[in-house]
Amino acid sequence: MAEQNINRETGIIYAINGPVIKGKKMSSFKMREMVTVGAKQLIGEVIVLEGDIGTIQVYEETEGLKAGEVIISTGQPLSLKLGPGLLKNMFDGIQRPLQKIQELSPIFIPEGIGLLSIDEKKRWDTTITVKPGDILSAGSIFGLVQETEVIENRLLVPPNVSGTIVEIVENGCYTIDDVLVKIRDEKDAIHELKMAQVWPVRTPRPNAWRGETLVPLVTGQRVIDIFFPIAKGGTAAIPGGFGTGKTMTQHQLAKWSDADIIVYIGCGERGNEMTEVIEDFPKLIDPQSGKSIMERTVLIANTSNMPVAAREASIYTGVTIAEYYRDMGYAVALMADSTSRWAEALREISGRLEEMPAEEGYPAYLPSRIAEFYERAGSVETLGGGEGSITIIGAVSPAGGDFSEPVTENTKRFVNVFLALDKSLAYARHYPAINWLESYSGYIKILTDWYEDNVAEDCIDLRNKMLELLFQENKLLEMVMLVGEDVLPDDQRWILEIAKIIKVGYLQQNAYNKEDTYVPLKKQYAMLKAIEYLYEKGREGLKLGIPTSQLKNADIFSEFIKMKYTVPNDDLSGIDRLKEEIDSFYETLFERYTN
Amino acid sequence: MKKEYLKIDKVVGPLIQVSEVDDVFYGESVDILDISSGKIKKGKVIKIEAENVVIQVFQNTTGLAAGNSIIKFTGESFKLPMSLDLQGRIFNGIGEPIDNGSAIFSAIEANINGRPINPMSREYPRNYIQTGISSIDTLATLIRGQKLPIFSGNGLPHNELAAQIVRQAQLGDNTGEEFGVVFAAIGVKHDDEKFFRKSFSEANIMDHVVMFVNYADDPIAERITTPRCALTAAEYLAFEKNMHILVVMTDMTSYCEALREISSAREEVPSRKGYPGYMYSDLASLYERAGMLKNSSGSITFLPILTMPNDDITHPIPDLTGYITEGQIVLGRDLFQQSIYPPVSILPSLSRLMKDGIGEGFTREDHAEVTNQLFASYSKVQEVRDLSQIIGEEELSPTDKKYMAFGRAFEATFLNQGFDESRSIIESLDLGWRLLAILPLTELDRLSPENIEKYFSKES
Repeated sequence: MAEQNINRETGIIYAINGPVIKGKKMSSFKMREMVTVGAKQLIGEVIVLEGDIGTIQVYEETEGLKAGEVIISTGQPLSLKLGPGLLKNMFDGIQRPLQKIQELSPIFIPEGIGLLSIDEKKRWDTTITVKPGDILSAGSIFGLVQETEVIENRLLVPPNVSGTIVEIVENGCYTIDDVLVKIRDEKDAIHELKMAQVWPVRTPRPNAWRGETLVPLVTGQRVIDIFFPIAKGGTAAIPGGFGTGKTMTQHQLAKWSDADIIVYIGCGERGNEMTEVIEDFPKLIDPQSGKSIMERTVLIANTSNMPVAAREASIYTGVTIAEYYRDMGYAVALMADSTSRWAEALREISGRLEEMPAEEGYPAYLPSRIAEFYERAGSVETLGGGEGSITIIGAVSPAGGDFSEPVTENTKRFVNVFLALDKSLAYARHYPAINWLESYSGYIKILTDWYEDNVAEDCIDLRNKMLELLFQENKLLEMVMLVGEDVLPDDQRWILEIAKIIKVGYLQQNAYNKEDTYVPLKKQYAMLKAIEYLYEKGREGLKLGIPTSQLKNADIFSEFIKMKYTVPNDDLSGIDRLKEEIDSFYETLFERYTN
Repeated sequence: MKKEYLKIDKVVGPLIQVSEVDDVFYGESVDILDISSGKIKKGKVIKIEAENVVIQVFQNTTGLAAGNSIIKFTGESFKLPMSLDLQGRIFNGIGEPIDNGSAIFSAIEANINGRPINPMSREYPRNYIQTGISSIDTLATLIRGQKLPIFSGNGLPHNELAAQIVRQAQLGDNTGEEFGVVFAAIGVKHDDEKFFRKSFSEANIMDHVVMFVNYADDPIAERITTPRCALTAAEYLAFEKNMHILVVMTDMTSYCEALREISSAREEVPSRKGYPGYMYSDLASLYERAGMLKNSSGSITFLPILTMPNDDITHPIPDLTGYITEGQIVLGRDLFQQSIYPPVSILPSLSRLMKDGIGEGFTREDHAEVTNQLFASYSKVQEVRDLSQIIGEEELSPTDKKYMAFGRAFEATFLNQGFDESRSIIESLDLGWRLLAILPLTELDRLSPENIEKYFSKES
């Protein structure tokens, strides 16, 4: 330790105000440098430098700090250690494993535990895939480690290093800090490659080329997959007041999305929600791999009572980890719940810096920070030549449920899918409470080909037709509120009946039902197609002058409402039988009227 | 030996500034001796800037002047002695006894700010608490270890409801587990505090109650410490002594207003309605202290009460609270005006943890479905009522008329119950089935055929 402290710059604490402290004699410190503060060596980051006075945001509780204590530089910006051991693990906002913290302090999170990261002692079974003399470029793969049952960690040459291999180790078990490969670059300098690499959180990891994805992130949620699809490499926001089911929706996406890797950031949310994730995820089976979904998941937790500065960092920690796996060629989905808490952390720090506030006390740089974050999504050609993507899905918690507040407004500008959660739907226990009138997806056009090739030729047309029905229903309901349903003509009442089936039988999805919590696309399509079938049959009847009351058969309608439960996901013959029932019912009905 | 300081530079509201100070730490506890009266006031360091220190005084700063006070930094953070003897006692907002009893002496002292619970150490709450109130037990079930606030309005019977929950909650049923109540009154009227004290003693649980009281005419800075003292006591009793603790706290609105007043005295940049930008984190540092732990059999169930200014649920106080707590029980003025007690407005009410604590093995297998159906049907009642306002009830369709009947019966028999009436969860569910039978079976799309078979026919 003593050796490490040589050549470290030191400053002196001068002012303390919550998580923001000021130091003197800091002229040789660097902006955004990580520092340790005070006798307890709290972790902090330099956020303002002015002459020899530096301002530091501290990632731990500052109670107990004194003016006059030392600030020690680390020479590094706030960085993460990226390597095997991230998956199946839960970290705080600055990548300290909560499991390890628990071993040090069983209940509460103390301050001054220092910097911890992924396990440095664990030995991983490593296969080296290169040989001496090979030329390695930045981002190329030099070895493989089976990180979890389903994910192979591809050991990457760090983005800023390349050269010819001069030395490798035998295949075998190594720790993340063992030197595995030595390469000589053009300037004859030797670089040591290890499993782990260090990367500053605020700098996006480079890629070769930004592409466009034409593949949806299949979530198994009907209202998303069919009505408002998210593209892999895309961005989405889920805004909603409290109690509308943001976290629930995010959990469903984290559980069932067909991404290779899930990074879930619990940013300023409830402790019990993270506990629920830790308890639930290991028990759930991923429909793609057949293994526990925890095998592909990294969790970041900064609960609402954990230090606010680390909340600001947690978003960047999450997205940097996502980029690390993207660079290996994986499709990563990142859920941030909730980005509003991150924005509020920015506001709190900004307030303590006495910056001039813009709207509602938020700093003027809020939009640019939101943009920077969502722009780290995308599908790319990696430096190593592979293809990877990051999809970002951010929950937004608008104050008072009002979507016109700054965080929602600015998020809307930078995302392509907007899944608006609605209080009145939530009150009626319509879940997911995604409002079909306010939500939109900007990916319909580019995903049309994929849906036509992989689901059904008319999938998108069907979607548009059914969405149109729901829009019509909304207008009709306004009228019903004024005059009552009885006055409407029969064709309009039929639209109301079908819209009700779409809402209750299709859009509502029960996350607690084994069959309904995840639904494959084939069934999603078949269900909607069956509803369309019923709709068209009814319209035939209307042409014959049959009133809606006759067209509505209670048994068939109730089977439609329940088909999400009664038709198994892997056997859609029930839907065909339903169509047969429709045929036979309407055949007899039509006969009665035509004769 | 800590130095003592004789000079105060500035007094603004509850804040005082002292200069040329060295060797104090952020959060350090301070004793201020008012020489003229001989009284010691307590305070805490909330800002250090070089040799200038800002101290927040928990008692009234009236009478403090530049030359008549001695300021002593104690070298400690704000700690309270912890002991089982806390039970049955009454303290003020900074933990000093106000019941003429002796001071608490204990080797164990706890920092009132607590520390965040590691999510890895938490146990996910799964056991329900039967409150004996149909609307809560059936529709927003309280779970042991949950934080479930009551959103109320001025003049609504939130105190009665909280008292009824405390009295009827079967916390220590037959398992021999010990239970206790920690009660924090923040800026409340003397009448309210008396009401609670009376109902605790009527229920014969006064020996299990720890009270922290800050009256409406007490200094506002003390309101900041009142809930922290209470939660520190709760943490000790629950996690060290393995008791099941119910924390009742009223009124969180006074707490938030105190926070705003101090923030304004500190000249901080305000966010919505003048409340400080850190109010979310600050409230979270209180609410998140509820819960259960893996290595302790105790629990903290947290029932804060707040009055929504102007009955507005989007006001920053209920809004931020709702984002942190695990649901909310909302009281409605319209129900209150119809003399329905408890006036629980069920549609905006919610218990986020009930999903894992109800159903087979906990309450009854039909619970989730009955809850969903009651919500869906009652939500439809609101639509039908709106419609009947326009076209008249006579013009409604036969089905809609049944909804009107269901709505009235639901409010009169399900929501409405006596202040002393305790219904078992099974009674409440059966009542729910009886009411649903008013509606045609085709309207009940949230019920499964098996449960309809089992319960519907039986009741109707």
